[in-house]
Amino acid sequence: MAVTRADVEHVAHLARMALDEQRLPELVEQLNAILGHMEVLSRVKTEGVIGAASVGDAALPLREDAGPPIPLARRLDHFAPKMRDGLFLVPRLATHERSGEDAQ
Amino acid sequence: MSTERYEMVVGLEVHVQLRTRTKAFCNCSTEYGAPPNTNTCPVCLALPGALPVLNERAVLLAVRAAHALSCEVHPVSVFARKNYFYPDLPKGYQISQYDRPLATGGSLTIGALSDGSPINVGITRLHLEEDAGKSIHDRYPGETAIDLNRAGVPLIEIVSEPDLRSSDEAAAYLHELRQILEYIDVSDVNMEEGSLRVDANISARLRGETRLGTKTEVKNMNSFSAVEQALRAEFDRQCALLHAGEPVEQQTMLWDGTRGEVRPSRTKEGSQDYRYFPEPDLPPLILSREWIESVRESLPELPNAKRARFAEQYALSRADLVVLTSSPRLADYFESVARQLGDPKPAANWVMGEVLAAVRASGWSIADFELRVRPADLVQLLAMVRDGQLSNSAAKRVFAEMAAHGDPPAKIADKLGLRQVSDDGAIAEWVDEVLREHPVEAQRYLDGERKLQGVLVGLVMKKSNGRADPKRVNQLLSARSG
Amino acid sequence: MTSAGDESRLTSIDVAESFRRMDRVGVGRDGLNIVLWHDRSWSADQAKQAGAEAAEGDGRRTLAGAPFVAKDNIATLHLPTTCGSRILEGYVSPYEATVISRLAKAGAVLVAKTNCDEFAMGSSTEHSAYGPARNPIDPTRVPGGSSGGSAACVAAGIVPFALGSETGGSVRQPASYCGVVGVKPTYGRVSRFGLVAFASSLDQVGVFGATVADAAAALEVIAGRDVLDSTTAPRPVPRYLDEARRSVAGMVIGRPREYFPDSLDPRITALCDRSLEELRALGAEVRNVSLPHTDLAIPVYYIVAPAEASSNLARFDGVRYGLRIEGDGLRAMYDATRSRGFGPEVTRRILLGTYVLSAGYYDAYYKKAQAVRALIAQDFRDVFADGVDVLFTPTAPSPAFLLGAKSDPYEMYLNDIFTATANLAGVPAMSQPIGRVDGLPIGGQFIACHFEEASMFRAAFALERALQQGAMS
Ligand SMILES: [Mg+2]
Ligand SMILES: [Zn+2]
Repeated sequence: MAVTRADVEHVAHLARMALDEQRLPELVEQLNAILGHMEVLSRVKTEGVIGAASVGDAALPLREDAGPPIPLARRLDHFAPKMRDGLFLVPRLATHERSGEDAQ
Repeated sequence: MSTERYEMVVGLEVHVQLRTRTKAFCNCSTEYGAPPNTNTCPVCLALPGALPVLNERAVLLAVRAAHALSCEVHPVSVFARKNYFYPDLPKGYQISQYDRPLATGGSLTIGALSDGSPINVGITRLHLEEDAGKSIHDRYPGETAIDLNRAGVPLIEIVSEPDLRSSDEAAAYLHELRQILEYIDVSDVNMEEGSLRVDANISARLRGETRLGTKTEVKNMNSFSAVEQALRAEFDRQCALLHAGEPVEQQTMLWDGTRGEVRPSRTKEGSQDYRYFPEPDLPPLILSREWIESVRESLPELPNAKRARFAEQYALSRADLVVLTSSPRLADYFESVARQLGDPKPAANWVMGEVLAAVRASGWSIADFELRVRPADLVQLLAMVRDGQLSNSAAKRVFAEMAAHGDPPAKIADKLGLRQVSDDGAIAEWVDEVLREHPVEAQRYLDGERKLQGVLVGLVMKKSNGRADPKRVNQLLSARSG
Repeated sequence: MTSAGDESRLTSIDVAESFRRMDRVGVGRDGLNIVLWHDRSWSADQAKQAGAEAAEGDGRRTLAGAPFVAKDNIATLHLPTTCGSRILEGYVSPYEATVISRLAKAGAVLVAKTNCDEFAMGSSTEHSAYGPARNPIDPTRVPGGSSGGSAACVAAGIVPFALGSETGGSVRQPASYCGVVGVKPTYGRVSRFGLVAFASSLDQVGVFGATVADAAAALEVIAGRDVLDSTTAPRPVPRYLDEARRSVAGMVIGRPREYFPDSLDPRITALCDRSLEELRALGAEVRNVSLPHTDLAIPVYYIVAPAEASSNLARFDGVRYGLRIEGDGLRAMYDATRSRGFGPEVTRRILLGTYVLSAGYYDAYYKKAQAVRALIAQDFRDVFADGVDVLFTPTAPSPAFLLGAKSDPYEMYLNDIFTATANLAGVPAMSQPIGRVDGLPIGGQFIACHFEEASMFRAAFALERALQQGAMS
């Protein structure tokens, strides 16, 4: 399963990373080298093995439906890059189209 | 082009906000309408290092919903991360469930007890997840504003099988689903406030064809009627393509309510690769079979069962049943009046007539209304009508006062002097007075001109201010004419 | 709580002395570059408060006045928490990690946040946005990583104990390179609340100690169920200092052959075998055992860890906190912020992790890796079920290497070869100094069964004393 330049570009898109044109060939090579070392796994027999869903032996604990929330020692605008009227601001999306689509 | 050769195939994905005090994975309040970003904490802001802890009530409500939809609730379910970037999704992933959901394999019946035969709609799955925040695109030029108060509010996602064949059926499914969720008290199910949201998967195929056509996903519908309109618009669009021999492209369509049309979302297909994997911050959710069963046993009577029982117990018409069971509180109200009065017919008429009109006019909920007019008060009123103490029209006036001020009916009837008089002495006096004041008519009547009886009764009623029992007035007049 | 005898075994340094030593050693950017953030007057105030409260005789304040440092990926209210990354430059957390609150409650005083590989991704503390850290034993060499700054602070005598974090060996390997004790507890033993996540199913806060007792005392304070971390276990925490003093006579110590390959530096093998000899002399039984899936740990680790990391690091998007670089539109803002905020190693792992989770590759990589991970965990369960109390192995295949010596990513990954297994299986493990090669410290590793840190401390404490006595005689 060789990683192509297009794969790396696709993955970078999914991860919201812009990659330097010059760095791309090196990254493609490195990812191929690293994944090459992973090929050994394909030869391990794992039929019937249930993958570790979690390592701990704890069952999921549940909390009561009650407050108070964990307090914040500082106001949001202390660390938020850009705020107005208590709202976080980001550059507007290319379209508003997704405005009704925000909950998936 | 005619769409009649084609059949619509629809499956719905419904997201429902669960009614909890706090969010799914943190102790922040779920209160609607708080100032922006005030219901937030390290967890729902996705601050570095914060971790989720699951709300037990969210689990209870989800399991209740699953049972109400006849799903199999799984003793082990697994949370998963759905990864995508969006500014109102703070962690860059939504905690949801994927290959091991809370519940699967349910069903919901639509059309029972109304015209047409009942249709069973399969429920593929029901899972727990968290809501995203809110993006506000139109407040600041060039910028989108993010409010995370809603981020982390617990949701259930209910996915139906593609068993719906028309926009009417889709609407019926949604109404029934909303009613069920309201009955089991898991959600406000308010589409305007966003506590219920609907996406649709729709395809078209030639009638008689058994294979499914290429589907599109329709989003951005913010009312049940928008769902119906959007489905019809998208169906027409697909039929036109198929008719022209062109392929339907698998894509996401957005409903534009102001223009009344669907248009493709500009998000590229294939760019959505959610990279689901088990959420490592939450071990599997393990529920004992005993607990799951106990939740099922604690479910209230569901709408279909209630309609069947009311039909049998109170001999109501189909139309009446639909109205009276439209909400659990209304049904309870009716039933309590009917039982105490011992007569379902006037109880049904009054609840469907005066009670619903008062509720609609005031904008109250049934619960608000009940604070003013308890079922026992209405029973008193209806008993006074039955016992001849109030005329129907007087009762309506009394009822209006009850709804406005919450006083007991007897007190209002007395205060307004509306109590019907059936005491012969008083009525006889009025009759005598009327005969005295209208000697000509009186003489003609006593001489046998029977048709004057109506006029005279009217005059007596007027004199009594409407309180005289018209039956007795008639009887006494007839007695005079011998 | 602890007996006077135990207390006397704890290294005693006060906060003022800690800062004097920082100055002497030169911990800043122009020196070893092992400390990123500190605030003398704030720490002095904390110390005064801790001293006052200790004088009031609160018996639970076992670490009253003891200075400690914490890795920069653990959330602290007063000092910044940057994870050694540009993307969190200047970020001060508005809430505090559970481990920090627990230490403060016990009277310990935070004196510095330490340098680390960016987001704990690395084995040398070279991949920090704030420059590479150096090993106090030999400043031309790395202190190991990713918790290199914390290990180095203990090695330099600045603090008796320190907090680090483990994902694949990030406490034990630098402990080995710096000649101190480093403990990775059982997964679920210590709260991760406030530990900035790298790979959630592998991460665990770990402790460094100047001695086994120092590490055990600190672990005792931070361990135990935390309602804010759903993966912590509701199990009682033993008195580790008491447990550590128990005799090793009758203990069964396993020597897994996969951890002693022919390629291993024979001097390291010899040091390990000498340690085993010492334990045998104290009445322990040494048994040869096998953990057959050991060589699969690195491939599994480098699929699971980057996969989880790619998701955990999605929150660094320039919207709510941290670095934001504006661009033309949202997409450009995301791209610019993340590409310039993350360093090359983090970028590589995010891409790798995104790739192995993406459609079409999930089964071949992530799912397969989780299945093999289960086999690795089963190896441990089998060997412990066979009556072995603890395993003993080398911690790392080499002593500390020179700065810049490892440029190939995979070669760097191989440093975790003996440590990543414990993270994958969730079992506790620790490293302690067992001698030197070319004048550089070498660590030996004990690995125990889930939640059996006590057995590990028992063996480690006995070995520590035996090696000290051996050195003195
Ligand atoms: Mg969903
Ligand atoms: Zn919150």
